[in-house]
Formats: sequence, structure tokens, C-alpha cells
Amino acid sequence: MPTSPPLFYQVHFYLFGLLAIASALAFVTRKSPVSAALWLVSVMFNLAALYVMMGAHFVGIIQVLVYAGAIMVVFLFVVMLLNLGHPNELSDIRGKWGRLAAGGIGLALLAQVMVLARTQFMPSLQPPTNPVFGGATDRGAIGTIAEPLFNEHLLAFELTSILLLAAIVGAVAIGRRRSAQ
Amino acid sequence: MIPEALALSAVLFTIGTIGVLTRRNAIVIFMCVELMLNAVNLTFVALSNLYGVTGQVFVVFVMTVAAAEAAVGLAIIIAIFRHGQSVNLKNINLLKG
Repeated sequence: MPTSPPLFYQVHFYLFGLLAIASALAFVTRKSPVSAALWLVSVMFNLAALYVMMGAHFVGIIQVLVYAGAIMVVFLFVVMLLNLGHPNELSDIRGKWGRLAAGGIGLALLAQVMVLARTQFMPSLQPPTNPVFGGATDRGAIGTIAEPLFNEHLLAFELTSILLLAAIVGAVAIGRRRSAQ
Repeated sequence: MIPEALALSAVLFTIGTIGVLTRRNAIVIFMCVELMLNAVNLTFVALSNLYGVTGQVFVVFVMTVAAAEAAVGLAIIIAIFRHGQSVNLKNINLLKG
């Protein structure tokens, strides 16, 4: 890199990176599959933050929506369907202090959203335009991805839809109960 | 920050490999494979800052394949569980000579 990025950027890069490594270590060492899955969700959120920091905004959003939101939910669904979680490790917080802490954190997050929605940011806090994709500002984060996706890689994109269809049919065919027939 | 991102990707991939080699629960092993895919995605995104946006297009494809893989793989795991009431790899030794 020709110029070193600002300290604010570096601190957050290392912060998210270390959080990702710590979550990954917790993920492979937990005994319960449910807590392992939730630590993996934490890894994916940290990676999404890193993607956004490296200028890949669309990939970061898709990481949260598809990986943390859809794929991991399917994993958790299967773990709970097969009843694999160790019951003694799945302690629900039912105490008064747990509820108070959850309510306090929720209110703080809600207040942050309200404040952020009304704030005019200083120019120094505006998100920077990516120097590599110089034209990204007029096309937005999606246009940068969409143009090569639908021009050079159109055949691969269409084949992907066939792959997904085959996966759906295969999953239904394999997961069906044999005794039903 | 590209060297740091590549190093982080290597560390995450190694952790995923360790998980695949040490865990016995088939679903957890499957999640470790997802972690390895994520590590490779991080490499793609980091290098797309140097070599153009194709890396990010690749990440979209990798995510699609990962979703398809998760659907089929979990269906197989459910079928195995119906067969033997377990997803522990110690108990899945039907093809052992």
C-alpha cells in the first residue's frame, strides 16, 4: 500500500480481526452444537465488518443476510430438530438481572438508532469513496458487482440458478421420509 | 491492510481445519467447512482491492455454492440421523472394512 491507512481504520481492522479469531477459537472448542453455531455467527458478523472496511459493501451485506441470516439458521434448525444440544449447557436467562441487562442494552441500541437517524455527520466522518473503484460513487455498491456479474460471468450466473434448483430438489428427495410411500 | 487480511484468512482457515480434524459431531464439522469457505472469501475480498472487482463476484458465487451445499448436506445428515439415531462420526462406520 502506498500510504498507511489512518489509525482509526487500523484500530478497528485489528479489533474486528481479533474478535473474529477469538470467536473462531470459541467456535471449535464449545461442546454444545448450539453455542458453536452462535459463535460461528459472531465470526461471520466480524468478517462482514471487515468486508465493509475493505470497500466490499455489497459482499458485507450479503454476508450478514445469507450467511449469518439464512445458512446458520438452517444449521441451528437442524441441530434443534435432531435435539443435539446438551440440555445442561442451554441455560435460559430467566433471572431479574438478566432481563434488566437485556432491556438496558436494547434501549441503548434503540437510542443509538434514533440519534443516528437525526444526525448530520461531519465531513470527516463521511464514508470514504473507494480509490480502486473510482466510478463506484455514481453506480453505488451494487452496480460495481452487477456489471461484471451480468456481462463477463453471465453463463456462470445462469448455471448457479440450475445448481440451486438441483440442490433444492436433492435436499427434498434425500430428506423425505421413506415410510411415506 | 491486505497482508493483515491474508494472515487473518490463513488463521481462520487453520482453525476450521483443526475443527474438521478434531470434532466428532457431523454438523459441527459441516460448520467448520463453512468457516473455511469464509476464510477463502476473505482472501478474495482482500485481493479484489488489488486486482479488480472479479474477486467480489467470486465471493457471491462461493456463497451460492455454500448455500446449496448446506441444504444438501443437512438433508444427508437428517437421513443419517433417521438411520442410526446419531450424528457422531464414531457411529457412522457402515463402509468400514
